[in-house]
Amino acid sequence: MLDNLMHILFVPEVTLAILAVACLMYGLFSKNNSFNKAINFATLSLLFVTVLIFFDFSTNFALFDSFFSNTQFTKFFKILTTLGAAISLIISKNYFIDSKINKFEIPTLLLFSTLGMLIMISSKNLMIMYLAIELQSLSLYVVASIKRNSIESAESGVKYFILGALSSGILLYGFSLVYGFTGHTSFEGITNSLVEIDNLPIGLIFGLVFVLVGLAFKVSAVPFHMWTPDVYEGAPTSITAFFAIVPKLAAIALIFRFCLEPFGKFYFEWTQVIFFLSIASMFLGAIAAIAQKNLKRLLAYSSIGHVGYVLIALVSASDQGLKSASIYMFIYLVMNIAVFSIILSLKKSDAYVEKISSLSGLSKSNPVISASLAIIMLSMAGIPPFIGFFGKLYVFIAAIESQLYILAVLGVLASVISAFYYLRIIKGMYFDESDDNQTFEFTISSESKVILSILMILITFFILYPSLLTDAVSSISL
Amino acid sequence: MTEMPLLSLTIFLPLLGALVILLIKEDENSVNNIKKVALWTSIGVFLLSLLIWLQFDNNNGSYQFEEKFRWFNDFNFSYHIGIDGISLFMVILSTFLTPLCILASWESIKKRVKEYMIAFLFLETVMIGMFASVDILLFYIFFEAVLIPMYLIIGIWGGERRIYASFKFFLYTLLGSVLMLIAIVVIYRLTDSMSIETLQGNYFTKNIQIYLWLAFFASFAVKIPMWPFHTWLPDAHVEAPTAGSVILAGVLLKMGGYGFIRFSLGMLPEASNYFSPLIMTLSIVAVVYTSLVALAQTDIKKLIAYSSVAHMGLVTIGIFLVNSQGLEGAMIQMISHGVVSGALFLCVGVIYDRMHTRDINFYGGLVNRMPIYATVFMIFMLGSVGLPGTSGFIGEFLVIVGAFQYSSIVVIGAATGIVLSAVYMLYLYKRVIFGVMTNEKLTEILDLDNREKIILIPLAIAVIFIGIFPNIFIEPMRLPIESIISNYESANAR
Repeated sequence: MLDNLMHILFVPEVTLAILAVACLMYGLFSKNNSFNKAINFATLSLLFVTVLIFFDFSTNFALFDSFFSNTQFTKFFKILTTLGAAISLIISKNYFIDSKINKFEIPTLLLFSTLGMLIMISSKNLMIMYLAIELQSLSLYVVASIKRNSIESAESGVKYFILGALSSGILLYGFSLVYGFTGHTSFEGITNSLVEIDNLPIGLIFGLVFVLVGLAFKVSAVPFHMWTPDVYEGAPTSITAFFAIVPKLAAIALIFRFCLEPFGKFYFEWTQVIFFLSIASMFLGAIAAIAQKNLKRLLAYSSIGHVGYVLIALVSASDQGLKSASIYMFIYLVMNIAVFSIILSLKKSDAYVEKISSLSGLSKSNPVISASLAIIMLSMAGIPPFIGFFGKLYVFIAAIESQLYILAVLGVLASVISAFYYLRIIKGMYFDESDDNQTFEFTISSESKVILSILMILITFFILYPSLLTDAVSSISL
Repeated sequence: MTEMPLLSLTIFLPLLGALVILLIKEDENSVNNIKKVALWTSIGVFLLSLLIWLQFDNNNGSYQFEEKFRWFNDFNFSYHIGIDGISLFMVILSTFLTPLCILASWESIKKRVKEYMIAFLFLETVMIGMFASVDILLFYIFFEAVLIPMYLIIGIWGGERRIYASFKFFLYTLLGSVLMLIAIVVIYRLTDSMSIETLQGNYFTKNIQIYLWLAFFASFAVKIPMWPFHTWLPDAHVEAPTAGSVILAGVLLKMGGYGFIRFSLGMLPEASNYFSPLIMTLSIVAVVYTSLVALAQTDIKKLIAYSSVAHMGLVTIGIFLVNSQGLEGAMIQMISHGVVSGALFLCVGVIYDRMHTRDINFYGGLVNRMPIYATVFMIFMLGSVGLPGTSGFIGEFLVIVGAFQYSSIVVIGAATGIVLSAVYMLYLYKRVIFGVMTNEKLTEILDLDNREKIILIPLAIAVIFIGIFPNIFIEPMRLPIESIISNYESANAR
């Protein structure tokens, strides 16, 4: 018994919960300048939890009566989540201090939110799933509006909250329908109750669709994406970085597990929905981004487009799809951290660069940074030899293996459209002559510099040794 | 010597040069060093490729200088390179033109020399790599990576409307090539193989071949370019800096023709047979129509750009005749066009550097001030027209001979194009070179300096050399071409 109690401390989720509370306590009881220590503490906690997840301590014990699933797939996504959260804290630390939103609540809330995401990824029960989603979203609603005296930040927080609450309601309604028609809330129970059935009852289909709509809100798939650009634009950039990098991972993992586990047998029913979401996300993400002038809005649409590609892998409903999605999300993470670590450090005449047009002349004054940004943009557009190409390649392999030719062709067409706006950023940096004499200022902490360098090497030279990543996901299954 | 990875070295030496340039800090004094590093690297690459030619065994129809490493653990993709008679001259064409391009940019590129040279060396790596790939995925990666340096070259160092032209170039060619990616993945799923070598044959049912063929067609037809997918070419050519146009016309267009031979004919013979009337129709339209369009141009670069489309029309005719004369003619025509049109763009660059205009009406009577220039221009112009004794003649002649076996309508179309090419080229030459010098600004124009002579004279020699000794070039490609033809015939005999 005592042995078990000792073990429970090393369950990553439990550890993270304790550390998050500790962070909160520290912030409450320390007098001043608590932010620096809190954010460092949070970063270290996340890294520690990453290590715990990686070495997989005492997992069998911690299944909590099949509320929790612990597989290679969840492990992979959990590592990405905690690592992404830690890195996003590192790269945004200077920004927080610089824009005077250095409140200890931010790292604390982000820790709680990450905790919610970890539980989301592992949840194997509708109730746990809902609680986890709420835990992560409620924390994020607060941080989106953390810059209290800024109208945009407040607006983005409220928008995020209202739409998020709506989606939670829809999700909950879907859960209740699923429960009503199957009599179970656990994934296993639902699966077992559906073994005998060949056609889903109409109520269950409704439930399924409602749940998918709720989840689509969380991954910001079109047509449930409306909050994304506004929240990305309004929230402080450091928070946007977190939004872009971390919650997507958890939500994608969850939507995969929800579709493939209890309803894996009825993939014909949900693939229709996901099929549409995927196409709509890819095209809207590509087309709407063309008109954007703000870099953060552009990245919001770009992330919507990327979600569309991951959903292609979901539609393929195969092991290869699972692997492809894992690879794609890893690559998405890498590219987004890299781009945000640049945006978070780039200033032009004492203001952070947010407009695409203000990038003009960057290639003259900061050739290394502009070259890096150009490489990231080409990579996001999926141009070989950079890493982004391999993400798309794997997704298309999954699609073709499941004979989704139409989806694959539409996917590549959308990628051509999206190439346009990625190229526009390169054009801004290289082709346009700078009309003003303002100078760029690139201030980056040494830690983020190391991170950015590693990521740039990964993006550029991934082609030399792709097996590094593909081996890591080769054993992934639900 | 056998152990040395000669081909990999040829591919990646330019990248090494680019790395060295990357480490040089650009300022007043080091600009020359940067240029020298780029030049000597590219000359080294050219010598290496000559060494490959020297060691090349003409009696071996399969890939030589092969190197193969497993690349992905979970998929059967490999780093597999090698060259055969078809790719040999494409590689040499790339390595031959690159040093000349760098030399041509010596004076005319004044801003961001460092980036320019890096882009050019990267471009060279990618071009050679593409022609030397035996793995389809590797081919695709190089094929698409070409867009990056070319986009930058047009966009940064181009003319007035460079941004429009660079975007059009990038997106147009990307649209074509992404469909090829789908086709490649489909091929992989059906055969579990990615080797161009093993896939030569007839492995797919006709139904699937047709879809795959269309996907490949989308990318190669844009690249080569065929009418009506050629509209990006005049824009890109006009706006690109001289050296960019040279590479664009000299090598990048050949990627389309090369792809047609390797993929469409080699892997999808039944579909190629099915679609050959379409190709012939489009090509004949291209040859006649773009020749007429070229006749109406007032911009010299645009005229040559349209003539490229017309000449490439002859290449596609030659390829889809699928007989030995046609294919050999198409190959020679590609090599010849690479040299000739590259040289013509360089000639335009010479006077553009002096006068900063490409308007034909601006010039006239240049022969009075620039006799050497007039002579070399004449050689290239005649090469483009296809005068016997120049490289252009061999290609055009072989294509016409091959076309007689196919249909006389094709012959008439192709011959009309050739006649028209003489019309617009001679007309151009007359307006620019001959006549009385009326424009006062031209009275002080200088003849070729030494640098320009070094650039243009090797090209002139190449034009005549190919014209007189075509067999040196045809011999290595005979066996691979024959195997493609016999494969094609046995596939369509059923």
